[in-house]
Amino acid sequence: MSGIQKVILFTTLVANMVALTAEAGETLRLGTTTSLYESGLLDYLLPVFEARNNCKLHVISAGTGKAIQLGKNGDVDVLLVHAQEAEVTFVKEGYGLHRTELMHNDFIVLGPKEDPAGVRTAVDAAAAVRKIYNTAQPFVSRGDDSGTDKREKTLWSQSGLKPDASWYMETGQGMTATLMIADEKNAYCLADRSTWLFNKGKIRLELLFQGGKDLFNPYSVIAVNPQKHPHANYLLSKVFIKWLTSPECKKLINDYKIGDSQPFFTSSDK
Amino acid sequence: MLSLDREFLSIVMVSLSVSFASTFLSVLLAIPVGIWLATARFKGRQITITILNTSMSIPTVVIGLFLYSLLSRQGPLGGLGILFTPAAMIAGQCILAFPIIAATITGGVSNLGNKPYIAARLLGASHTRSTFLFLREAKLIVMTSALAGFGRVFSEIGVSMMLGGNIRFYTRNITTAIALETSRGEFGLGIALGIVLLTVAFLINAIAYSFRKAR
Repeated sequence: MSGIQKVILFTTLVANMVALTAEAGETLRLGTTTSLYESGLLDYLLPVFEARNNCKLHVISAGTGKAIQLGKNGDVDVLLVHAQEAEVTFVKEGYGLHRTELMHNDFIVLGPKEDPAGVRTAVDAAAAVRKIYNTAQPFVSRGDDSGTDKREKTLWSQSGLKPDASWYMETGQGMTATLMIADEKNAYCLADRSTWLFNKGKIRLELLFQGGKDLFNPYSVIAVNPQKHPHANYLLSKVFIKWLTSPECKKLINDYKIGDSQPFFTSSDK
Repeated sequence: MLSLDREFLSIVMVSLSVSFASTFLSVLLAIPVGIWLATARFKGRQITITILNTSMSIPTVVIGLFLYSLLSRQGPLGGLGILFTPAAMIAGQCILAFPIIAATITGGVSNLGNKPYIAARLLGASHTRSTFLFLREAKLIVMTSALAGFGRVFSEIGVSMMLGGNIRFYTRNITTAIALETSRGEFGLGIALGIVLLTVAFLINAIAYSFRKAR
């Protein structure tokens, strides 16, 4: 390679690097959960905010456990998660401010069409998991400390049930990956409705049980406390939270469809 | 299936820029270290080379975790604020590439011997000038080592995911995009992206080879 060619190649790459790292306008870092991110809602919603405020939203999606840890470490500015107990602790320990319930959907029990455990006839979620326990049917769990995982673990523990490793599998992965595994194994699984809507065309598992307050799934937005992390973009976080709870944004959320179904419902003002 | 849209181009450009930058920086550091290890004689030389060779086997996720703990706001280098930016990915990939590049240079230079350097010194050149002349002879070794280093970092995911955060249009590269699409059940798209990665890697190796011949 001639010297000139090298210089040109190098300059192009450096220019590209600079372009990559230079940030137009402000950035706001949002830590969210994989199940919310994979529903596609954020890719639909956030560009509106970015354009309105001439900023860039950097979305880092991870299991709820990791997202909250990112908030504690101050590596993100705002959280959008669904793990009530962990959220409340987060705020109580002084890491978060302005926790606001934004929207909700529900968890559902999916399983094989044949439904060997008889989950379809359960009266509530607790009964549904007890039927699975009693028949020792394969069950695939997130096992990753996510919001969905925490709820699922609660369903077992509140009935005093300890699932056995012979039929209970923990994937340690996101909702869609876990669904794929459950589908492969024709097993039962607890999923959030939006991931189900997104993927139901691809898998043969069916919706066997829904409803009840045990399966209620609220999402909240929380700003990272600038007292703990002074560099956090607190002002923009507040603008973001205000916008998310505005009537305009609520309409956008309620209008969002996966196929023909509405995956998220905004919370009424308290 | 793959349209040449803005998102696809962004993914490929992030992969290329980050890997080129980290390979380039690692080569800069590895040349003096590799030459020194090949030519110097000191007590801990053998163990140093062994450790260097071993560090080629460090899992990428481990390097990612280690740097995350340093670069997180909670960590000692948190003030730099480079976590979840391409800069952090480059830093991690440098740590990844350096051992391979240095080890390849050390091996190649040991084989080459230091005759070109000694000849230059004997004719009165300074250490720096002699090193430069020696380097001209050793160009092929450096090229091979750079390609080896590039190959390692271009296809890695542990560092990119942990330190970049897979942020759309910013730190999402080909490998983290493959992970995302796979976790979404989009296996076809994941494979297509894998083929793109291999094609780009092939093109780069082909270009590098043609430069070699042109010499």
